[in-house]
Amino acid sequence: MKVYIKKALNNRLFMVLFFLAIITVLIPIFAPYTAPHDPLAQDYKNAMISGSAEYPLGTDQIGRCILSRLIWGGRTSLLIVFVVVAIVFVVGVTLGMISGFYGGWIDMLITRFTDLVMAIPSTIFVIALVSVLGPGLGNTILAMSLVGWTEYCRVSRALVLSVRENTYVEEARLGGLSRFQIIRRLILPNTIPYLLVNVTQDIGSTLLTLSGLSLLGLSSQPPTPEWGFMLSEGRKFIQSAPWLIIYPGLYIVIHVIIFNLLGDSLRDILDPRYEKTKNRKRSAKKWLERN
Amino acid sequence: MVKYIIRRVLIVIPIMLILSFFTFSLTFIASSDPVTLQLESMGVKADAETINAKREELGLNDPFLVQYGRWLSGVLQGDFGNSYKSGVPVMQEFTKRLPNTLALTASALLLTILIAVPLGILSAVFQDSPLDYLLRLISFLGVSMPSFWVGTLLMLLFGVKLKMLPIQGSGDFKHLILPALTLAIWMTCLYIRRVRGSMLEEMNKDYLVGGMAKGIPRRRVILRQVLPNSLLSVITMFGMSIGALLGGATVIETIFEWKGVGKMAVDAISIRDYPVIQAYVLWMALIYVMVNLLVDLSYLILDPRIRLEGKNI
Repeated sequence: MKVYIKKALNNRLFMVLFFLAIITVLIPIFAPYTAPHDPLAQDYKNAMISGSAEYPLGTDQIGRCILSRLIWGGRTSLLIVFVVVAIVFVVGVTLGMISGFYGGWIDMLITRFTDLVMAIPSTIFVIALVSVLGPGLGNTILAMSLVGWTEYCRVSRALVLSVRENTYVEEARLGGLSRFQIIRRLILPNTIPYLLVNVTQDIGSTLLTLSGLSLLGLSSQPPTPEWGFMLSEGRKFIQSAPWLIIYPGLYIVIHVIIFNLLGDSLRDILDPRYEKTKNRKRSAKKWLERN
Repeated sequence: MVKYIIRRVLIVIPIMLILSFFTFSLTFIASSDPVTLQLESMGVKADAETINAKREELGLNDPFLVQYGRWLSGVLQGDFGNSYKSGVPVMQEFTKRLPNTLALTASALLLTILIAVPLGILSAVFQDSPLDYLLRLISFLGVSMPSFWVGTLLMLLFGVKLKMLPIQGSGDFKHLILPALTLAIWMTCLYIRRVRGSMLEEMNKDYLVGGMAKGIPRRRVILRQVLPNSLLSVITMFGMSIGALLGGATVIETIFEWKGVGKMAVDAISIRDYPVIQAYVLWMALIYVMVNLLVDLSYLILDPRIRLEGKNI
């Protein structure tokens, strides 16, 4: 673990992205200070303007500041995303670890169940669930969590299986460590770094899924600002006020890009395979040059 | 191998039965009463007695399993009941919309494959060249953008600014272009990454160098050996894409008002039109099971390693 942290600290790209990611989280947390206006305040005199000194990103149909709504909307959107990712991470990894470590019928039960959930197309499942439960923050989170954990379960199960075969795990067991201790002290530290890559990349994709749900009117309810919902509102004014869809979309894209890049660079740091392939290619090239 | 195929096909039946049971249970988890919903959609405000009579008439007071059995036998004969909202048989509505979804699926997939596979190969073969960086940048941006946002931007450009194409609607070719393009852009970016990744993985294997050492030109080894091997893993993804698209690209169909099955499902869900939802979920399950079956069988044909394993079963 310490090796990875050192590697990460030395990787300039990763540090820049990490810094950016922290900022994207801080902006909505300190929304009262970072947002220029009240996100719900209506300024009818300045409704539907495309941008001015006072309203940098323009205003919507009832004169609300787009930038402020985006900043405040981050509270809802990012909160949902982080909660969902946290839930699916904990649930998925726990199930995957149990499944991989204990094996036998527990393993079979969990694997079959995972397959079953994966068999259901996730968008449709989420849409159906939210519509049965009724739209709202809690239900959106619940529905997205119910389908999201499967990938973590599979990945962590596979990781446990590969770590379990190491002799030091066997030695630890002979040394008298309980199963729980082995998982906590030996298996978790060896698998968590790889799962973190999934987590960062998941933040981006969850954000995209969420905005799709909001577009269908299944997520937060007005007047709470939320990114996907702003997009869906803006669509009504595509002819007269295109900035109402352009800016919220860009805002989402920027966030997704930051977290996706962060995931990519994290993978480069953690996964030794990527170094190896580069070297191998280089050696193959050298070999060809020599001949 | 024949035995394997038969077993693989037969296992579809219990899976479909389980899924149909889940589908039907949907109605029972829901808090709202179908009869009230139906009467309300007709504009009737009914008292408890009428509702109960209607429930009796529809057999909704029977035990759960009896109702399920009746529904299932209807389904097996192609009868999914009538839509609560329009009163039209669900099957009729469904078959009316399916061609639209099929057209969208086929055109989006065709575009994707025609663009993504060659670009993915180029990107891998010329790894770390400017072309590779450009393609990686484009595909990275593509997968980071919400597809419906891209769709809206296309609408804005071609529909509002250039006035070349209609913004929304469904049916003819002109209306098909924008939604197909939107889906294709997103999927192309996804596939370029995938094709590039699996090509690179194969190219790192020793047989490329081995082949070249034997004096076979690099291009030939790549085209004859690397390409078929790397496309194998793309097939699974391709199958999943077909499945997802046949289920109707819900969001894209919604923003473009393309009258496909995905849009039908979203509309049905928002007004809790259960017969339609049930039919749709079963349709999705059927697609998923069939696509998986086809992917497995295609492996059987394309990959000798799996084919030999199949013999041993």
